[in-house]
Amino acid sequence: MSDRTSKGEEAGQAKRIWPLWEVFIRARNGLSHKHAGSVHAADARMALEAARDTYTRRMEGVSLWVVPSKEIVASDPGEAAALFEPAADKIYRHPTFYSIPGNVKNI
Amino acid sequence: MRDPALFDYACRLGDDSLILGQRLSEWCGHAPMLEIDLSLANIGLDLIGQATHLLALAGEAEGLGRDADALAFRRDVLDFRNCLLVEQPNGDFARTVARQFIFSNFQELQFRELARSSNAALAAVAAKAVKEVAYHARFANEWMVRLGDGTEESHARAEAALEWLWRYADELFAVDAATEALIAAGVAIDVRPLRIEWAMRVARTLHEATLKVPEPRRPVHGGRVGHHSEHLGHLLAGMQFLERAYPGAKW
Repeated sequence: MSDRTSKGEEAGQAKRIWPLWEVFIRARNGLSHKHAGSVHAADARMALEAARDTYTRRMEGVSLWVVPSKEIVASDPGEAAALFEPAADKIYRHPTFYSIPGNVKNI
Repeated sequence: MRDPALFDYACRLGDDSLILGQRLSEWCGHAPMLEIDLSLANIGLDLIGQATHLLALAGEAEGLGRDADALAFRRDVLDFRNCLLVEQPNGDFARTVARQFIFSNFQELQFRELARSSNAALAAVAAKAVKEVAYHARFANEWMVRLGDGTEESHARAEAALEWLWRYADELFAVDAATEALIAAGVAIDVRPLRIEWAMRVARTLHEATLKVPEPRRPVHGGRVGHHSEHLGHLLAGMQFLERAYPGAKW
Protein backbone atom coordinates (compact mmCIF):
# COMPACT_ATOMS: atom_id res chain seq x y z
CA MET A 1 0.00 0.00 0.00
CA SER A 2 1.43 3.42 -0.95
CA ASP A 3 1.91 6.25 1.52
CA ARG A 4 -0.61 8.36 -0.32
CA THR A 5 -3.37 5.78 0.12
CA SER A 6 -2.73 5.17 3.80
CA LYS A 7 -2.69 8.92 4.55
CA GLY A 8 -5.96 9.29 2.69
CA GLU A 9 -7.41 6.51 4.80
CA GLU A 10 -6.12 8.11 7.97
CA ALA A 11 -7.77 11.42 7.08
CA GLY A 12 -11.01 9.59 6.32
CA GLN A 13 -10.83 7.75 9.64
CA ALA A 14 -10.20 10.96 11.57
CA LYS A 15 -13.22 12.62 9.98
CA ARG A 16 -15.43 9.67 10.85
CA ILE A 17 -14.56 9.56 14.54
CA TRP A 18 -17.45 10.85 16.59
CA PRO A 19 -17.09 13.26 19.48
CA LEU A 20 -16.59 11.90 22.97
CA TRP A 21 -19.19 12.28 25.73
CA GLU A 22 -18.75 11.81 29.47
CA VAL A 23 -21.41 9.66 31.10
CA PHE A 24 -22.84 10.24 34.58
CA ILE A 25 -25.22 7.83 36.29
CA ARG A 26 -27.56 8.29 39.23
CA ALA A 27 -27.58 4.89 40.90
CA ARG A 28 -30.86 5.54 42.68
CA ASN A 29 -33.04 8.42 43.69
CA GLY A 30 -31.51 10.51 46.44
CA LEU A 31 -27.94 9.97 45.26
CA SER A 32 -26.04 12.31 42.97
CA HIS A 33 -24.92 11.46 39.46
CA LYS A 34 -21.47 9.84 39.40
CA HIS A 35 -19.03 9.68 36.53
CA ALA A 36 -19.14 6.24 34.91
CA GLY A 37 -17.05 6.55 31.75
CA SER A 38 -17.39 7.87 28.23
CA VAL A 39 -18.92 6.99 24.87
CA HIS A 40 -18.50 8.10 21.27
CA ALA A 41 -21.65 9.43 19.60
CA ALA A 42 -22.60 11.77 16.79
CA ASP A 43 -25.03 13.84 18.85
CA ALA A 44 -26.61 14.14 22.29
CA ARG A 45 -29.55 11.77 21.80
CA MET A 46 -27.34 9.05 20.37
CA ALA A 47 -24.90 9.62 23.23
CA LEU A 48 -27.71 8.92 25.70
CA GLU A 49 -28.60 5.69 23.89
CA ALA A 50 -24.98 4.58 23.73
CA ALA A 51 -24.60 5.38 27.44
CA ARG A 52 -27.73 3.37 28.23
CA ASP A 53 -26.43 0.37 26.30
CA THR A 54 -22.86 0.63 27.60
CA TYR A 55 -23.30 1.51 31.26
CA THR A 56 -26.79 0.59 32.49
CA ARG A 57 -27.17 -2.98 31.25
CA ARG A 58 -26.99 -4.39 34.77
CA MET A 59 -29.42 -2.05 36.49
CA GLU A 60 -26.71 0.44 37.42
CA GLY A 61 -28.95 3.47 37.33
CA VAL A 62 -32.21 5.34 37.22
CA SER A 63 -31.00 8.47 35.43
CA LEU A 64 -28.28 9.37 32.92
CA TRP A 65 -26.43 12.55 32.03
CA VAL A 66 -24.14 12.92 29.04
CA VAL A 67 -21.84 15.90 28.67
CA PRO A 68 -19.54 16.69 25.72
CA SER A 69 -16.05 15.77 26.94
CA LYS A 70 -14.62 18.95 25.44
CA GLU A 71 -16.80 20.97 27.83
CA ILE A 72 -15.11 19.44 30.89
CA VAL A 73 -12.64 21.86 32.46
CA ALA A 74 -9.93 20.01 34.38
CA SER A 75 -7.54 21.17 37.06
CA ASP A 76 -3.88 21.29 36.11
CA PRO A 77 -1.95 18.30 37.53
CA GLY A 78 1.04 20.64 37.89
CA GLU A 79 -0.92 22.64 40.45
CA ALA A 80 -1.97 19.59 42.44
CA ALA A 81 0.39 20.38 45.30
CA ALA A 82 -0.97 23.89 45.75
CA LEU A 83 -4.57 22.86 45.29
CA PHE A 84 -4.82 19.72 47.35
CA GLU A 85 -1.92 19.23 49.76
CA PRO A 86 -2.94 22.02 52.17
CA ALA A 87 -5.94 19.86 53.10
CA ALA A 88 -3.73 16.95 54.14
CA ASP A 89 -3.05 18.05 57.75
CA LYS A 90 -6.51 19.41 58.53
CA ILE A 91 -8.23 16.29 59.77
CA TYR A 92 -10.59 18.42 61.86
CA ARG A 93 -12.46 19.10 58.62
CA HIS A 94 -13.60 15.46 58.53
CA PRO A 95 -16.89 14.86 60.32
CA THR A 96 -15.41 11.92 62.19
CA PHE A 97 -15.64 13.20 65.74
CA TYR A 98 -19.25 12.27 66.35
CA SER A 99 -21.18 9.08 65.75
CA ILE A 100 -23.80 8.67 63.04
CA PRO A 101 -27.09 7.00 63.96
CA GLY A 102 -27.22 3.49 62.53
CA ASN A 103 -30.29 4.02 60.39
CA VAL A 104 -28.94 7.03 58.45
CA LYS A 105 -28.12 5.88 54.94
CA ASN A 106 -25.93 7.26 52.16
CA ILE A 107 -23.29 8.98 54.27
CA MET B 1 -52.78 -29.99 27.37
CA ARG B 2 -52.00 -30.36 23.69
CA ASP B 3 -52.89 -27.31 21.65
CA PRO B 4 -51.47 -27.45 18.10
CA ALA B 5 -52.83 -24.01 17.18
CA LEU B 6 -51.14 -22.38 20.17
CA PHE B 7 -47.95 -24.30 19.41
CA ASP B 8 -47.92 -22.87 15.90
CA TYR B 9 -48.70 -19.35 17.09
CA ALA B 10 -46.05 -19.35 19.82
CA CYS B 11 -43.51 -20.70 17.31
CA ARG B 12 -44.28 -17.83 14.95
CA LEU B 13 -43.74 -15.27 17.70
CA GLY B 14 -40.71 -17.00 19.16
CA ASP B 15 -39.03 -17.70 15.82
CA ASP B 16 -39.33 -14.03 14.79
CA SER B 17 -37.39 -13.06 17.92
CA LEU B 18 -34.94 -15.96 17.74
CA ILE B 19 -33.93 -15.52 14.11
CA LEU B 20 -33.58 -11.74 14.31
CA GLY B 21 -31.60 -12.11 17.53
CA GLN B 22 -29.27 -14.58 15.82
CA ARG B 23 -28.87 -12.23 12.85
CA LEU B 24 -27.97 -9.32 15.11
CA SER B 25 -25.43 -11.46 16.97
CA GLU B 26 -23.51 -11.72 13.69
CA TRP B 27 -22.58 -8.04 14.15
CA CYS B 28 -20.79 -8.83 17.42
CA GLY B 29 -17.22 -7.64 16.98
CA HIS B 30 -17.94 -6.22 13.50
CA ALA B 31 -20.10 -3.14 14.08
CA PRO B 32 -18.85 0.25 12.86
CA MET B 33 -18.24 1.50 16.43
CA LEU B 34 -17.86 -0.19 19.81
CA GLU B 35 -21.00 1.59 21.04
CA ILE B 36 -23.08 0.24 18.14
CA ASP B 37 -21.59 -3.21 18.66
CA LEU B 38 -22.94 -3.17 22.23
CA SER B 39 -26.32 -1.78 21.20
CA LEU B 40 -26.87 -4.42 18.53
CA ALA B 41 -25.74 -7.20 20.86
CA ASN B 42 -28.10 -5.90 23.57
CA ILE B 43 -31.03 -5.88 21.18
CA GLY B 44 -30.11 -9.36 19.97
CA LEU B 45 -29.97 -10.66 23.54
CA ASP B 46 -33.36 -9.10 24.35
CA LEU B 47 -34.81 -10.92 21.35
CA ILE B 48 -33.22 -14.25 22.24
CA GLY B 49 -34.59 -13.85 25.77
CA GLN B 50 -38.09 -13.37 24.35
CA ALA B 51 -37.59 -16.40 22.13
CA THR B 52 -36.63 -18.51 25.14
CA HIS B 53 -39.93 -17.72 26.87
CA LEU B 54 -42.08 -18.01 23.75
CA LEU B 55 -40.56 -21.29 22.58
CA ALA B 56 -40.90 -22.72 26.10
CA LEU B 57 -44.61 -21.88 25.86
CA ALA B 58 -44.72 -23.49 22.43
CA GLY B 59 -43.15 -26.64 23.81
CA GLU B 60 -45.76 -26.85 26.57
CA ALA B 61 -48.57 -26.35 24.07
CA GLU B 62 -47.11 -29.05 21.86
CA GLY B 63 -47.02 -31.48 24.77
CA LEU B 64 -44.29 -33.72 23.40
CA GLY B 65 -41.66 -32.80 25.95
CA ARG B 66 -39.67 -30.44 23.75
CA ASP B 67 -38.24 -27.40 25.56
CA ALA B 68 -37.08 -24.09 24.11
CA ASP B 69 -33.60 -25.44 23.33
CA ALA B 70 -35.00 -28.46 21.53
CA LEU B 71 -37.18 -26.21 19.40
CA ALA B 72 -34.41 -23.72 18.68
CA PHE B 73 -31.57 -26.14 18.00
CA ARG B 74 -33.15 -29.36 16.77
CA ARG B 75 -35.87 -28.21 14.39
CA ASP B 76 -35.25 -28.27 10.64
CA VAL B 77 -35.59 -25.26 8.43
CA LEU B 78 -39.05 -26.18 7.08
CA ASP B 79 -40.41 -26.23 10.64
CA PHE B 80 -39.43 -22.64 11.40
CA ARG B 81 -42.31 -20.17 11.37
CA ASN B 82 -40.58 -16.78 11.41
CA CYS B 83 -41.46 -14.11 8.86
CA LEU B 84 -39.10 -13.72 5.90
CA LEU B 85 -38.03 -10.22 6.95
CA VAL B 86 -36.06 -11.32 10.01
CA GLU B 87 -34.02 -13.97 8.20
CA GLN B 88 -32.74 -11.55 5.55
CA PRO B 89 -28.96 -11.10 5.76
CA ASN B 90 -27.55 -8.12 7.63
CA GLY B 91 -26.16 -6.49 4.47
CA ASP B 92 -24.59 -3.13 5.26
CA PHE B 93 -25.39 -1.20 8.44
CA ALA B 94 -28.21 0.66 6.66
CA ARG B 95 -29.93 -2.59 5.75
CA THR B 96 -29.63 -3.89 9.31
CA VAL B 97 -31.13 -0.64 10.61
CA ALA B 98 -33.93 -0.65 8.01
CA ARG B 99 -34.83 -4.26 8.88
CA GLN B 100 -34.94 -3.37 12.58
CA PHE B 101 -36.95 -0.25 11.80
CA ILE B 102 -39.63 -2.16 9.88
CA PHE B 103 -39.75 -5.01 12.39
CA SER B 104 -39.43 -3.32 15.81
CA ASN B 105 -42.12 -0.77 15.01
CA PHE B 106 -44.37 -3.72 14.20
CA GLN B 107 -43.30 -5.88 17.13
CA GLU B 108 -43.86 -3.12 19.65
CA LEU B 109 -47.49 -2.76 18.56
CA GLN B 110 -47.90 -6.52 18.43
CA PHE B 111 -46.65 -7.07 22.00
CA ARG B 112 -48.59 -4.07 23.28
CA GLU B 113 -51.80 -5.77 22.11
CA LEU B 114 -50.66 -9.27 23.06
CA ALA B 115 -50.20 -8.09 26.66
CA ARG B 116 -54.02 -8.28 26.82
CA SER B 117 -54.16 -11.89 25.59
CA SER B 118 -56.56 -14.23 27.39
CA ASN B 119 -53.60 -16.60 27.71
CA ALA B 120 -51.92 -15.36 30.89
CA ALA B 121 -48.50 -16.77 30.04
CA LEU B 122 -48.44 -15.14 26.60
CA ALA B 123 -49.70 -11.87 28.09
CA ALA B 124 -46.92 -11.89 30.70
CA VAL B 125 -44.17 -12.45 28.13
CA ALA B 126 -45.60 -9.70 25.93
CA ALA B 127 -45.91 -7.23 28.81
CA LYS B 128 -42.24 -7.68 29.65
CA ALA B 129 -41.07 -7.68 26.04
CA VAL B 130 -42.95 -4.56 24.97
CA LYS B 131 -40.63 -2.38 27.09
CA GLU B 132 -37.58 -3.92 25.47
CA VAL B 133 -38.98 -3.56 21.99
CA ALA B 134 -40.00 0.06 22.57
CA TYR B 135 -36.30 0.74 22.99
CA HIS B 136 -35.41 -1.29 19.87
CA ALA B 137 -37.87 0.80 17.87
CA ARG B 138 -36.44 3.99 19.29
CA PHE B 139 -32.90 2.90 18.41
CA ALA B 140 -33.93 2.00 14.86
CA ASN B 141 -35.97 5.19 14.39
CA GLU B 142 -33.09 7.38 15.56
CA TRP B 143 -30.69 5.63 13.21
CA MET B 144 -33.06 5.84 10.24
CA VAL B 145 -33.16 9.61 10.75
CA ARG B 146 -29.39 9.90 11.03
CA LEU B 147 -28.72 7.74 7.98
CA GLY B 148 -31.48 9.31 5.88
CA ASP B 149 -30.66 12.87 6.90
CA GLY B 150 -26.92 12.24 7.06
CA THR B 151 -24.48 12.23 4.16
CA GLU B 152 -25.28 11.67 0.51
CA GLU B 153 -23.92 8.12 0.83
CA SER B 154 -25.83 7.24 4.01
CA HIS B 155 -29.04 8.60 2.46
CA ALA B 156 -28.54 6.51 -0.68
CA ARG B 157 -27.80 3.38 1.36
CA ALA B 158 -30.81 3.87 3.62
CA GLU B 159 -33.03 4.40 0.59
CA ALA B 160 -31.69 1.27 -1.12
CA ALA B 161 -32.15 -0.76 2.07
CA LEU B 162 -35.80 0.23 2.41
CA GLU B 163 -36.41 -0.49 -1.27
CA TRP B 164 -34.93 -3.95 -0.85
CA LEU B 165 -36.76 -4.88 2.36
CA TRP B 166 -40.15 -3.31 1.71
CA ARG B 167 -41.50 -6.43 -0.02
CA TYR B 168 -41.24 -8.34 3.28
CA ALA B 169 -43.33 -5.88 5.36
CA ASP B 170 -46.69 -7.17 4.15
CA GLU B 171 -46.19 -10.59 5.72
CA LEU B 172 -46.04 -9.03 9.20
CA PHE B 173 -49.71 -8.10 8.93
CA ALA B 174 -51.01 -11.32 7.36
CA VAL B 175 -53.48 -13.54 9.22
CA ASP B 176 -54.30 -17.05 8.04
CA ALA B 177 -56.87 -19.67 9.00
CA ALA B 178 -54.51 -21.17 11.60
CA THR B 179 -54.61 -17.95 13.62
CA GLU B 180 -58.26 -16.95 13.09
CA ALA B 181 -59.56 -19.41 15.71
CA LEU B 182 -57.01 -18.20 18.27
CA ILE B 183 -57.98 -14.60 17.56
CA ALA B 184 -61.64 -15.48 18.14
CA ALA B 185 -60.66 -17.06 21.46
CA GLY B 186 -58.79 -13.90 22.52
CA VAL B 187 -55.47 -15.78 22.69
CA ALA B 188 -53.84 -14.42 19.53
CA ILE B 189 -54.16 -10.84 18.41
CA ASP B 190 -55.39 -9.63 15.05
CA VAL B 191 -52.40 -7.82 13.54
CA ARG B 192 -54.30 -6.46 10.54
CA PRO B 193 -55.72 -3.35 12.25
CA LEU B 194 -52.24 -2.49 13.56
CA ARG B 195 -51.04 -1.75 10.05
CA ILE B 196 -52.49 1.77 10.03
CA GLU B 197 -50.68 2.80 13.20
CA TRP B 198 -47.51 1.12 11.99
CA ALA B 199 -47.69 2.95 8.65
CA MET B 200 -48.16 6.26 10.44
CA ARG B 201 -45.19 5.69 12.73
CA VAL B 202 -43.00 4.59 9.85
CA ALA B 203 -44.07 7.52 7.68
CA ARG B 204 -43.38 10.01 10.47
CA THR B 205 -39.83 8.76 10.99
CA LEU B 206 -39.11 8.53 7.26
CA HIS B 207 -40.32 12.10 6.81
CA GLU B 208 -37.92 13.24 9.50
CA ALA B 209 -35.22 11.18 7.78
CA THR B 210 -35.92 12.94 4.44
CA LEU B 211 -36.69 9.50 2.99
CA LYS B 212 -39.75 8.54 0.97
CA VAL B 213 -42.07 5.75 2.03
CA PRO B 214 -41.41 3.12 -0.67
CA GLU B 215 -44.16 2.50 -3.22
CA PRO B 216 -46.27 -0.60 -2.57
CA ARG B 217 -44.93 -3.62 -4.38
CA ARG B 218 -45.70 -7.28 -4.85
CA PRO B 219 -45.27 -8.73 -1.35
CA VAL B 220 -43.44 -11.95 -0.59
CA HIS B 221 -44.99 -14.36 1.92
CA GLY B 222 -44.24 -17.90 3.05
CA GLY B 223 -42.30 -17.82 6.30
CA ARG B 224 -45.36 -18.50 8.47
CA VAL B 225 -45.87 -21.87 6.75
CA GLY B 226 -42.20 -22.79 6.50
CA HIS B 227 -41.45 -21.59 2.96
CA HIS B 228 -38.25 -19.72 3.66
CA SER B 229 -35.62 -17.96 1.60
CA GLU B 230 -32.32 -19.77 1.11
CA HIS B 231 -30.78 -17.58 3.82
CA LEU B 232 -32.47 -19.29 6.77
CA GLY B 233 -30.81 -22.66 6.15
CA HIS B 234 -27.37 -21.04 6.26
CA LEU B 235 -28.26 -19.18 9.44
CA LEU B 236 -29.45 -22.39 11.12
CA ALA B 237 -26.33 -24.26 10.01
CA GLY B 238 -24.29 -21.84 12.10
CA MET B 239 -26.74 -21.56 14.97
CA GLN B 240 -27.44 -25.28 15.34
CA PHE B 241 -24.01 -26.70 14.58
CA LEU B 242 -22.88 -27.23 18.15
CA GLU B 243 -26.06 -28.92 19.35
CA ARG B 244 -26.20 -31.09 16.21
CA ALA B 245 -22.56 -32.15 16.42
CA TYR B 246 -22.53 -32.62 20.21
CA PRO B 247 -26.11 -33.32 21.29
CA GLY B 248 -26.84 -32.16 24.83
CA ALA B 249 -23.43 -30.48 25.13
CA LYS B 250 -23.03 -28.43 28.30
CA TRP B 251 -20.35 -26.08 29.59
